[in-house]
Amino acid sequence: MPSPAASEYRCHVKLTHNPINGIHAASAKGNCVRIVIIDDSGARATVLEEGLRDAGYDDIHVVPPRGAFVARLERMAPDIVLMDLGNPSRDTLEEMLIVSRALAKPIAMFVDQSDDSMIGAAIDAGVSAYVVDGLRKERVKPIIDLAIRRFNAFARMQAERDEAVTQLADRKTIDRAKSILMNTRGLSEADAYALLRTTAMNQGKKMVDVAAALITASDLLGGTS
Amino acid sequence: MTPVRIAFLGLTDAAPLVVAREKGFAQSEGIALELLRDTSWATLRDRLVYGQVQAAHMLAPLAVAVTLGLSQQPCALSAPYKLNVNGNLLVMAPDFAAALEPDAAARLGDPTATGHDFANAIGLYRRKPIIGVVHRFSSHALILRYFLASAGVDPDRDVVLRVLPPSLMVEAMRAGEIDGFTAGEPWGSAAIEAGLAEAVAASERLWQRGVEKVLAFRTDWMEANAETVDALLRALAAAASWCDAPENRDELAALLSRPDHVGQPVDLIARALAGRVVARQGEAPVDLPDFLLFAREATPFPWRSQALWIYSQFVRWRMVDSSEDTQARAAAVFRPDVYRRALAQSDAPMPGASMKVEGALAEPLAIGAPKGAITLGPDRFFDGRAFDPDRIADYLAGFDVPR
Repeated sequence: MPSPAASEYRCHVKLTHNPINGIHAASAKGNCVRIVIIDDSGARATVLEEGLRDAGYDDIHVVPPRGAFVARLERMAPDIVLMDLGNPSRDTLEEMLIVSRALAKPIAMFVDQSDDSMIGAAIDAGVSAYVVDGLRKERVKPIIDLAIRRFNAFARMQAERDEAVTQLADRKTIDRAKSILMNTRGLSEADAYALLRTTAMNQGKKMVDVAAALITASDLLGGTS
Repeated sequence: MTPVRIAFLGLTDAAPLVVAREKGFAQSEGIALELLRDTSWATLRDRLVYGQVQAAHMLAPLAVAVTLGLSQQPCALSAPYKLNVNGNLLVMAPDFAAALEPDAAARLGDPTATGHDFANAIGLYRRKPIIGVVHRFSSHALILRYFLASAGVDPDRDVVLRVLPPSLMVEAMRAGEIDGFTAGEPWGSAAIEAGLAEAVAASERLWQRGVEKVLAFRTDWMEANAETVDALLRALAAAASWCDAPENRDELAALLSRPDHVGQPVDLIARALAGRVVARQGEAPVDLPDFLLFAREATPFPWRSQALWIYSQFVRWRMVDSSEDTQARAAAVFRPDVYRRALAQSDAPMPGASMKVEGALAEPLAIGAPKGAITLGPDRFFDGRAFDPDRIADYLAGFDVPR
């Protein structure tokens, strides 16, 4: 991909320095912050990007942490970089933040230490964030908060999906064990199920474990199911 | 039972933590130990600094850097216990290593000659060599800089040092993104076994007793939980002795090999534990009996002089400005007082002093200690220099490539 200069990435409404009160005055829209999401799991980045766009941020770029991603990031000159805490490329990114001369301002994980509770929530949610030094907290906080909510929602979604997959697999195992019992002992489906359940209860095991043991034993004995 | 969570990276030198948990040493000290594996030093650091874990398996220089605030807000960390010394390999791609001494044992055994061969190889190579290091503030990076500079190579000018987490090094070699790397085991051996690299230097031959990983706490948490800290250190000391015992090596390698620990083949992990390193794919191993130490010779004792050596290298490479205050804060990261308090009633070897001249011992030396003599192993740097913690400025003035 050709690499446009940083200015081409920039949104048109710029932050301006207000000489009267000495703070950064934002555009009327107020969301002109360049956000880069570093992620190689498409799903999580999409969930986060959608959330940010819904909240009115439109200068968002997703960069996978592969190859020369650091050089790409440097050219983009982001205001905020968001990254999954579990991403092994964080050390590579942090090294770039230390040595980079292309970035006009150093980037710190957070603006100051008064953000401890926010940082704690971010780490719990698995979000790491790098913010250009000098970017005001009022502008950073909503973005981080949103990232935290989205990461948490994504984790919940994954957990629910994993659970559904497990349940499906468990049910298949139990069904197979049931049919072994029905074939070999001539039980009805309900009786086969009841037998598995009482055995599990008596042995203090999960039904699926008893079912799996039964299937193994049956396979070893050359049974078909 | 007191719950304690510790963050670690999937490396062979996390062994004392894994063993403290899996072999019941933590439990018998009343500690319910939970281990949390991370894949980057940044995340391990953040979990420790922001209280998600109570302790971490940390690069000793990183503990100093975090305390000094070199790349983030300063946070006072303390290291009362060293998890190991040595244990790293520098490996380079075969096409680079072709310009070095072909006999691997000779190459590893004479770092001075290898350093000069390395300097020549840089000029012959098709590009400025890109060498992976695990972190700017790692013992690996500091000793690599030391090694290169000894042969007149400026590590910031003549090579490119690229930071990558240990677990991504082998893939980066395969993709041709780096030409070599230095990392804790088993990652060097993994690259060698894949035919992607050859061993060029072993940390044991660069600094015979080089500071490596420490158990790091937030200082405020450590001070407020003295009993838990003491119990944990006792558990680790027992675990470390277990790790060092040759009869436990097979079991240890199998434990570490598990996917929730290091997740690499038993055979690769066993090489570092046994000190038998295969330097080139398919060759007989080279004997490096001090490749990785956990317990013997008072390995876990946090010599303040070693924290100061780290500080001296930060100054040398302009990662920090030298000042008395900074020096004092760096030295205070290592906490021999806490080590002594925790292990006073145990049979752990207990040096009487907290500082020593690093690199002064060419032969093992028995030293007096409150509980009878202990033997310190040889601790020379390959270039024969000694680091006197009371004369840091003189030490630094003696290097040819101070930059």
